[in-house]
Amino acid sequence: MDPHTLHLYEMLSKAQGYIFPNELDLQWGILIVVYPFITGLVAGAFILASLERVFNVRELKPTYQIALLTALSFLLVATMPLISHLSQPQRAYEIMITPHSSSAMAIFGFVYLWYLMVVLLLEIWFDYRESMVVWSKEKKGIMKWVYRILTLGLSDISHETVRWDKKLGYLVTIIGIPSAFILHGYVGFIFGSIKANPWWSTPLMPIIFLFSAMVSGIALVMFIYMAVSHFRKQPVELKVLDTIGRYLFFILILDFTLEGLDQIHRIYESDESFEIIKLLVAGKLYLTLFISQGLFGTIIPLIILAFLQFYKRAISIRKTLYLLVSILALIGVYSMRWNVVIGGQLFSKSYSGFTSFKLGLIGLDGTLMAAFWLLLPFGILGFLLWLLPPWKMVEGKE
Amino acid sequence: MEHERVKPSRRKFLKTAATVAGTAIGIKLLASSRYLLFAAEPKDETLPWYGIVFDIEKCIGCGKCAKSCKIENDVPREPFYFRTWVEQYTVKNDGSVDIISPNGGIDGFEQRVPDGEIFKSYFVPKMCNHCSKSPCIQVCPVGATFDSPEGIVLIDEKYCIGCRYCVQACPYGCRFIHPEKKVASKCTLCYHRLKKNLDPVCIEVCPTGARMYGNLRDPNSKLVKFLKEHTTQVLRPHLNTGSKLYYNALRMEVK
Repeated sequence: MDPHTLHLYEMLSKAQGYIFPNELDLQWGILIVVYPFITGLVAGAFILASLERVFNVRELKPTYQIALLTALSFLLVATMPLISHLSQPQRAYEIMITPHSSSAMAIFGFVYLWYLMVVLLLEIWFDYRESMVVWSKEKKGIMKWVYRILTLGLSDISHETVRWDKKLGYLVTIIGIPSAFILHGYVGFIFGSIKANPWWSTPLMPIIFLFSAMVSGIALVMFIYMAVSHFRKQPVELKVLDTIGRYLFFILILDFTLEGLDQIHRIYESDESFEIIKLLVAGKLYLTLFISQGLFGTIIPLIILAFLQFYKRAISIRKTLYLLVSILALIGVYSMRWNVVIGGQLFSKSYSGFTSFKLGLIGLDGTLMAAFWLLLPFGILGFLLWLLPPWKMVEGKE
Repeated sequence: MEHERVKPSRRKFLKTAATVAGTAIGIKLLASSRYLLFAAEPKDETLPWYGIVFDIEKCIGCGKCAKSCKIENDVPREPFYFRTWVEQYTVKNDGSVDIISPNGGIDGFEQRVPDGEIFKSYFVPKMCNHCSKSPCIQVCPVGATFDSPEGIVLIDEKYCIGCRYCVQACPYGCRFIHPEKKVASKCTLCYHRLKKNLDPVCIEVCPTGARMYGNLRDPNSKLVKFLKEHTTQVLRPHLNTGSKLYYNALRMEVK
């Protein structure tokens, strides 16, 4: 007997109440938790970078390129958990060639490509072109050619051309902001539009996904900025942390309000699914929803961030608190993705019972694989920071 | 003033255009209300438009339907893959409901509620509702699941990418991922048999005639007659899936 069937026989004894027989096989595992988490990080990091550019927030300058490269690193990996969870991955291209117009999922490839090619790559290219031209002249050997290829042969760095780079980069940012909103709002729609599932089906889902994406993206950039400064043995600028922290505080309040509204609405309307969902959140989701997402991922960061709004003394304490907040917020948003994706599959559509989810360690759908997809972007980011170091960019460009 | 602004010929044209458009909209509305009973719109008028009736009052829970379906349609024998299955509902005197479906009802049922506590007990067969506004078709990213001209929801196994979105979208739990074929799978109303003028196997083997199917478009069909004479209901009507699986004597406990 194959391991999956064996696993299902084990789960058979763990089902509670009545579930439809076909529901024992839980369809979307940890990879589908990782996928919206990664996409959210992309959208969030990009939106933070755009804030700097569009609103000219000077304090965020040191994080601008870091945020863009972070978004790119995660975006490059975003499709991997998605494709590897398909049971016919070799047919994945069909989604691009023959998309079904009424399917929310069919649009993913196009939204993704638009975001990667038109928004992120273009913006980064306009940003770095002048520096890459200079580097291609300075460097020797293979790196000279790498940079020359990356400039796509456009080596004119006259004042006028560089001014155009800036203008066009700005234009891409303007297009990029709604694109980032669409990218992640759309991921929320994939879940929010499933009327069969009362835990998912809410028009607030896209907007909740978007705001939680911003929380996670901002927290990630904060974390990476501290980590990069640490590795480069450069001091962390507190005014940068304070500014990111302030944004994180406001977005987290909005996110908390929206998710609270969703739950209050659910409780007040109390429709036919309410009883089973009440049992779900009080039972199988208790730890991940109330403790991990609610307490550690939302309430504690909110308290710390509120405290940091007026506490301006001991620098080392503030830095430590910001580090803590960034990690907690990331854990909180990851838990939120878990609660949506896994939580939505734990109760039966008969509203009369629960199935069980047991996370394996190995295999394509196991913890190690999920951890790999989550860590790979950091490796890519390391490479990108080496290839396109923001701190070595040519002056005058900015 | 207006007489001067709008030429008579133009006025006439506008009037005609409005009449034509209004009539077209009216006919369209009438046409859709013709099929209100079925919450569905057949496409090809020359072919039958299939509907199914399960009569709860007649089902004895023998499980022959589920068993024959597994044999006929190469459904894995494991107790967690079914194209059709039977549920037993036992309403207790205290109002609570006990629902079971051991191995989909294939091995029969053993009443686990003591006799003295039983208020009412009955069986409910389940399978794909062949919805005409099917959520599974709507969400399929590549169009691998589709409506046949006879209103039967089918899957192209050579095309399905195995994303499992359809399994999530089905409110009735009728879909699963076939463990060997690695694609979505579900009831086809034995389409291969229908094409040979044979009845779907679950309907053929049902000893009490609790399962019926027929042409919804034919006003004289046994099915349409049954629908007229009985109080039938579909599962989850508020979801507006255009289900074409009607239940006679459906009780509120059934989801």
